[in-house]
Amino acid sequence: MKDERSGRAGRDKDKKDKADTPRRGGFFRRRRVCKFCADKIDYINYKDVRLLTPFLPERGKIQPRRISGTCARHQRKLQVAIKRARQLALIPYVTD
Amino acid sequence: MSTPRQYELVYIVTPEASEQDVADLHTQIEQIVQRFNGTLDKTENWGRRKLAYEIGKHREGTYVVETISGSGELMKEIDRRLRVSDLVIRHMIVRVDEELRVAERTRAARQEATARRRVARGLPPERQPGEEPADSDTEMTEGEDIEGAEVQQ
Repeated sequence: MKDERSGRAGRDKDKKDKADTPRRGGFFRRRRVCKFCADKIDYINYKDVRLLTPFLPERGKIQPRRISGTCARHQRKLQVAIKRARQLALIPYVTD
Repeated sequence: MSTPRQYELVYIVTPEASEQDVADLHTQIEQIVQRFNGTLDKTENWGRRKLAYEIGKHREGTYVVETISGSGELMKEIDRRLRVSDLVIRHMIVRVDEELRVAERTRAARQEATARRRVARGLPPERQPGEEPADSDTEMTEGEDIEGAEVQQ
């Protein structure tokens, strides 16, 4: 347990360094850490628009896990929250 | 029904509705809740808010959030009433008790794991006042680095 913890801290740091360094293709490598795990958010509230908007690119689609780095468990919950927020016209279904 | 169910009801009232209309709507819901022996735990009025897209011909609406404990029949009745209401342009009922329980459980599990790690490290299970932010929710601090070094010894 202990080692895992310190290891994680170390890795986090590496990723932070790499976060904004361009990759070969000129793409930016994202920091692949689940925001909800890192911030210890257990309940993704669909009424919290500010929490959801970072996961909605310009078109208003749900950002895939491979880009946002969200873990599977939280992506599932995020998906539900976004869909609820859309029904309530808090966030758009589509934006042109 | 063994466990009490908790629901969240969000509804959007037309911008044309007066404050009185919104208040009336709230009392109507309150009455239904009472009739079905439920309890209205919380009411939140967000006031007028811009809609992300047009609903009908409306570009904005008044949001009201109510937290209600009660039976499924109660919510069914509220749903029916809101559906026929002309003032309400959109509403949604979500059952939240289960989700909140799950969230609470994960939180408790994490707290316990933290306490266990702390004990294994020879620290008291709870964070002491004045202690460096070790397992802090915020960004990494120097305290964290020092602690990591400790662990590796």
